[in-house]
Amino acid sequence: MRHGRWRFLAGALIPALVLHVVFVLSPYAQAFYLSLTDWTGVAGEAHFVGADNYRRLAGDSLFVDAVRNNALLLVVVPLVTIAIGLFLASMLHLGGRGGRRAVAGSGAYQIIYFFPQLLSLVVVAVLWSFVYNPNTGLLNGALRALGLGGMAASWLASPSLALPAVMAVLVWSSVGFYVVLFSAAIDGIPVELFEAAVLDGAGGWATFRNVTLPLVRDTVQVAFVYLGIAALDAFAVVQVMTVGPGGPDGATEVIGLSLYRNAFQYGKFGYASAMGVALFFATLTLAVFALRGGRRSTVEAS
Amino acid sequence: MTLSVSPPRSSPSPPAPADDRPARAPRSVRTLPVHVAMLAWSVVTALPLLWAVVSSFKTDDEILNHPWSLPSTPQPGNWARAWTEASIGRYFFNSLVVVGGALALTMLLGSLVAYALARYEFRGNRIIYYTFVAAMFFPVFLALVPLFFVVQQLGLLGTYQGLILVYAAYAVPFTVFFLHAFFRSLPAEVAEAAFLDGCSHGAVFFRVMLPMARPGLVAVGIFNFLGLWNQYLLPLVLNPDPDRYVLAQGLAALSVSQGYRSDWSGLFAGLTIAMLPVLIAYVAFQRHIRAGMTAGAVK
Repeated sequence: MRHGRWRFLAGALIPALVLHVVFVLSPYAQAFYLSLTDWTGVAGEAHFVGADNYRRLAGDSLFVDAVRNNALLLVVVPLVTIAIGLFLASMLHLGGRGGRRAVAGSGAYQIIYFFPQLLSLVVVAVLWSFVYNPNTGLLNGALRALGLGGMAASWLASPSLALPAVMAVLVWSSVGFYVVLFSAAIDGIPVELFEAAVLDGAGGWATFRNVTLPLVRDTVQVAFVYLGIAALDAFAVVQVMTVGPGGPDGATEVIGLSLYRNAFQYGKFGYASAMGVALFFATLTLAVFALRGGRRSTVEAS
Repeated sequence: MTLSVSPPRSSPSPPAPADDRPARAPRSVRTLPVHVAMLAWSVVTALPLLWAVVSSFKTDDEILNHPWSLPSTPQPGNWARAWTEASIGRYFFNSLVVVGGALALTMLLGSLVAYALARYEFRGNRIIYYTFVAAMFFPVFLALVPLFFVVQQLGLLGTYQGLILVYAAYAVPFTVFFLHAFFRSLPAEVAEAAFLDGCSHGAVFFRVMLPMARPGLVAVGIFNFLGLWNQYLLPLVLNPDPDRYVLAQGLAALSVSQGYRSDWSGLFAGLTIAMLPVLIAYVAFQRHIRAGMTAGAVK
């Protein structure tokens, strides 16, 4: 069987490896090299310029705006999403005594909450550009109907409101997924722990703080990494939804949008690659910090 | 850590008599604030979706002047216009071709690699595994510029084949990662028995191991389908031919151009066509889909 074994292994591995090397590994490797050149897309015309592109990034005010906006997204979107997600997931389990059983209808709630997760971010962005429309949109319509017409605004056209509007869309589209994820994690907590907490006289908040939260910590950590990566992206929503795109005064510019524009509209491929490398290191730093920060304080539970 | 998204355990303990102590308020009253909170988020989630569906049946005039009203007479013409004139039908077909092809290729290659790495010991096994898995942690934006030129040089820019190959290349790493663990957990005895019966390596894989891995294949297949169906960045860069736009790409282009022509009702109809099939399929298979999607986040 030895002969057949090697033939099978070669047949199983080589096609996927070729695909992987051609379309994934080689582009990643080339990007690092291109970021050190002034390439504008003409074959053979890439000159090595060292760290020039990176120096220019620091002086590119639109890119600095993009970094600031991504940083704000990175702080706000995961925190708000996880807070709402954990809140709703624990609410789903508040049936029965001591916060451990599903409330009636929790299945139906989870079905509805999950809806946005299934939609392309483009669909979500087009939908919300209608919702935010100043004259015909759902949001201003609702405010006027409630007699709060004074709060109606041009959400996406105002420099101070555009980024929060984008954040709200990202939170709206991801909460459901994390409710389901956290809910599954809470289901995995042994019921005895909740019973013990109730016997000790712990209330709802104390049970959440001392039982639920430490035991879903791993899941929350994974959620932080996933949401952080999504917040460092935010490309589709910003590109489809905000004016420009990139918002008034670069209010919603993000790194991905800068990269896309520099590469495929201005043809500055070397410069755009430097942005890609910057984004890569941001992602890497995020993942290392999030996963490390959690390991230091893991809770022993068995 | 393993988690499965199953319905919460129904009554692991007998009904607690303590609940019926007369001193406490009835359960329905105590859980009322819970239901208010849950209902509030349901409304926040569902209302915009519902509003888009309703608006897709209204006239432009109704959309512009009465955003909250129901259509006086439903306008199915909006849907027809979006499907044909606004090319949503063609985009839908393009998405089906590209995602169908990419999904089949991803599942075939991904399961072959995962199985070969999980069940065979050979030199370089670990290196190949980490080569695939490491790619999961790189942002696609980093590869975007060189990828465009790779695809261009291969003459695959704006073709179905090009998109299918690239989609599959970027979906295989997660598929390998997920199925590798799955194949490792399967018992070895069945495969050994098949070998003793004279099955070839390929036959053991396709006839014995693949059917045994079905739950894992379904979970990762659903995850991949949704990821590929909703892909936007890759087609935006690699698929410049408007005749071959995929659905997300076409809808984004439409929302710009229709906005100028102010065919709002057609745009609402296009949006509804883009989101309704996925939502309906989800309601039908919701448990599998939630399990498949969340499996991705839990190792």
